[in-house]
Amino acid sequence: MRFAVSLLTVLGIASIIGTVLKQNEPYANYVVEFGQFWFNFFEMLGLYDVYHSVWFLAILVFLVASTSLCIYRNSPLMLRELRAFREHATEHSLRSFSHQQEYQPAHGADETTQRLSQFLTARGFRFKTVSHRDGSQLIAAKAGSYQRLGYIFTHAAIVIICIGGLIDGNVPFKVQELLGYKKVETLDIPASEVPKISRMSTANLSFRANMTLPEGNSANVAFMRIRDGYLVQELPFSIALKQFRIEHYATGQPKSFESDIVINDPDLKQPLTHTISVNHPLIYKGIAIYQSSFEDGGSTMDFNVWGLFSSRKEPLNLHGTILQKSQIGQGAEALIIEFNDFRLFNIINLTPDGKGKPRNVGPSVTFKVRDAAGQAHEYINYMQPLLLGGHAYFVSGVRSTQQEDFHYLRIPADEDFLTQGFMGLRATLFDRPSYAEIAHRLSIKALAERAPDAAMQQKFEESVIKLLKGFASGGYSKVADMIEKAVPQAEREKAAQTYIKIISNATLEAYNLSLERAGKKPVVADETTQAFIQDSLNAISDLYFYDSPFYLQMTNYVHHQASGLQLTRSPGKNLVYAGSILLVLGIFSMIYIRERRIWLLVKPSSVLFAMSANRKNRDLDIEFNRYREQLERLLHLRK
Amino acid sequence: MKTALINDDPTPLLQRLNWQDWLYALALVGGAIFAFRQYGSYMDAYETGFLFGFALAFSWLGWQWKPVRLLIVGIAAISLFSISMYHGDQARATQSFLLKFLISSQSAIMWMNVLFVMAMVTYWLATFSRSEFAGKVATSLTWSAVLMGFVGLVVRWYESYLIAPDVGHIPVSNLYEVFILFCLITALLYLYYEARYATRQLGGFVLVVVNAAVGFILWYTFDRHANEIQPLVPALQSYWMKIHVPANFIGYGSFSLAAMVGSAYLLSERGILASRLPALDVLEDLMYKSIAIGFAFFTIATILGAMWAAEAWGGYWSWDPKETWALIVWLNYAAWLHLRMIKGLRGPMLAWWALIGLLVTSFAFLGVNMFLSGLHSYGTL
Repeated sequence: MRFAVSLLTVLGIASIIGTVLKQNEPYANYVVEFGQFWFNFFEMLGLYDVYHSVWFLAILVFLVASTSLCIYRNSPLMLRELRAFREHATEHSLRSFSHQQEYQPAHGADETTQRLSQFLTARGFRFKTVSHRDGSQLIAAKAGSYQRLGYIFTHAAIVIICIGGLIDGNVPFKVQELLGYKKVETLDIPASEVPKISRMSTANLSFRANMTLPEGNSANVAFMRIRDGYLVQELPFSIALKQFRIEHYATGQPKSFESDIVINDPDLKQPLTHTISVNHPLIYKGIAIYQSSFEDGGSTMDFNVWGLFSSRKEPLNLHGTILQKSQIGQGAEALIIEFNDFRLFNIINLTPDGKGKPRNVGPSVTFKVRDAAGQAHEYINYMQPLLLGGHAYFVSGVRSTQQEDFHYLRIPADEDFLTQGFMGLRATLFDRPSYAEIAHRLSIKALAERAPDAAMQQKFEESVIKLLKGFASGGYSKVADMIEKAVPQAEREKAAQTYIKIISNATLEAYNLSLERAGKKPVVADETTQAFIQDSLNAISDLYFYDSPFYLQMTNYVHHQASGLQLTRSPGKNLVYAGSILLVLGIFSMIYIRERRIWLLVKPSSVLFAMSANRKNRDLDIEFNRYREQLERLLHLRK
Repeated sequence: MKTALINDDPTPLLQRLNWQDWLYALALVGGAIFAFRQYGSYMDAYETGFLFGFALAFSWLGWQWKPVRLLIVGIAAISLFSISMYHGDQARATQSFLLKFLISSQSAIMWMNVLFVMAMVTYWLATFSRSEFAGKVATSLTWSAVLMGFVGLVVRWYESYLIAPDVGHIPVSNLYEVFILFCLITALLYLYYEARYATRQLGGFVLVVVNAAVGFILWYTFDRHANEIQPLVPALQSYWMKIHVPANFIGYGSFSLAAMVGSAYLLSERGILASRLPALDVLEDLMYKSIAIGFAFFTIATILGAMWAAEAWGGYWSWDPKETWALIVWLNYAAWLHLRMIKGLRGPMLAWWALIGLLVTSFAFLGVNMFLSGLHSYGTL
């Protein structure tokens, strides 16, 4: 008993650890979080999967054993109590009860006993009468005896539920692993190459495994993630995914996830077609197939690859497939693009105060760009321009580790909501031969109201070219460096304002030059243009923190999804449910059935009334007082 | 001779009923039949069973505890009146005078909040002034708050269908809605014991925890706009939700009630307010009864949750933080009941335990959503 309670306490504490420490994360995350020393220590304790660790399961087994022992020891006693009337109680012992009362009946003994038996029956008491040698009679009565069953039911329920749970836990695998028959696979290899020691056969009693099935594919194995590796679970049939669907509410939130699956099994005359969705699994051959997640199943995309630091006006083309790699450039300059995920819908709240309604901003792609040295940055690119503060931008986020937040490059969309405007401007700004032309155009405009002065004009143009060169080699921070070197501290702020103004005006000239070269009409310096120029300058300045020489603009895609299915076989489930029913019955009978006993010792001249309950509480006091008064009326009343 | 005994013999339930009881039951069953004839074609077997089961269960409840009859009739009448004023247009909630200020779902819930605050103040007033009249007023205020709260939920249920037919769902799906449910259930449980034990002195204590929830509802409404009706995520689209959540909140409500009674016990035991509070054995008994019923329903709720999880998450037990904390709460109160019933423990220790139990319960209810992640993250703050 005490042992069981201590076990339960340990179980409770262990469970708390399991909720505080995120379970079953990739091991690399734990190393980052705790450092190598604590990582090893916690791994030794099995804290990354507390609920399946050997010691946790051992506690459960002990709990089952100890509770069973409890039942074994106490049940016979309980059942005896349930049946017994305790009709051998002596007058002496009855008189020592805390709840007792003596009456002088107004009737003869027969009449009295008759009245008393009627009284007991009306109140749901069953009784047994014994006559003593001295002529007295003892009526021993009881009610609510089934409360005793509550004890047996609840304790049996705990044992049954635990056994069911242990069957469905991975105990069989644990045993096989301890004996060296099975081993977790840690290498990322195709399922067909996983050796037999890491495969569980179709005969596996219980399992909970996952499979990711791209549309149009089929599989007959699933994976169980265990610690830092996995096991392959073979299935007695194969599952093919015809289609995966997400339906949305009008507000954009997902409404349903559904998979059309086909089961192929030699035992079936024809393949079984079924649609599963969240909350509506399919159970086939004792294996329940659940809709559990979804991911990309190899969507293909076309990209414009814009060289960000080049004077090239036209983009290159690139084709990409999710979960595959593409390459840009050759040799030491080569960059590998690893496409990770494509999302068709992105529900984002872009309202300035965050209080407006989130809306769908269209597709996005996430990918990593890895250089020849193996260094990688992760990117997320939105296909359509996003409206931020009234202006449209092509947005691309970058980060160097998973733990960081993305920081975003915002490329302003031009009047036609295209990238072409910015890219033309960028090409011109990185095209040094054009600087002279830009500077010249600017000087004509800037000095138009002054008397012609060739020397001054040349000096002005030279400084414009110098500024453009500076800006094009490092953005605003480079310009700041230039100011710091050339200008005394007191005049720096003023100089910075002038420089920025010159750069901004030169950029407008550069923009018009790029439009002219593309055969388009130049723009006038209105508010929209100014905003565009400013945003472009910010974007170019941010390129130096973008960590990639390219911007990948998605131009086209073919969406291809994969459905995440969970497959479980849990024969212990019925045991657990049966145990649960028993538990509820047990609890209700323990709480709401009250076992009470009444003794009425009838002698020729007196009646002794005594009452007890196996649980002394207020209810007993109240009931005793009521019966006491009722008995008084009953025994003193004349016919 | 039979006549001599009849006065004292317990009468069976059916013989105790008067014409009002029968009329009430008839109205419930009639209402169910009307609803079935009207909407039966949209209902599956489960929903049909639920409709008639409701009529029978609440007839029985009303027979056992008479004030429920008036409550149910009141909820039905006011809700139907409110719904009829919408004319099928959600915008009417802010246009029609009666709806805007009284019985649109949002206004009714606000009235519930106000009435609960008033009820608490009045209960304390009654306790300190020993005024029976103030006590009666407080009881009426609490009943009114419960009435308005239920009207708010029922009308909210209707409103959700006005947004779009596929958005419509029973309002027990997020933290905002279940907090309202929590207030209502806790208050109802209290009202039951108030009548049963014929004592109004505990109202002030119990309404403290109810008003804490009211405070949360207000903050959640005005700071987070959580009162907006959101469509259900796929995992919640299940008939299990309708029974799992209310069963759970009977548990949470009872445990909170027990904790507040426990605090009254501890005060009274130290002589504070002792003359104004019920006797210690009454408090003790109430605490036990409350934990007992809470434990029974919490067990049922956890089992229902497991059955739902088996259908939605692929396993009846996943050691998800919410599940695990439910287990911890269960173990906590199992130990409490065990010590009291089997070992016969009594006294302040149980009261302290019930009070600390509220912390554990609150963590399972709220803390898990705030601090831990997991499958059960429908009610994130």
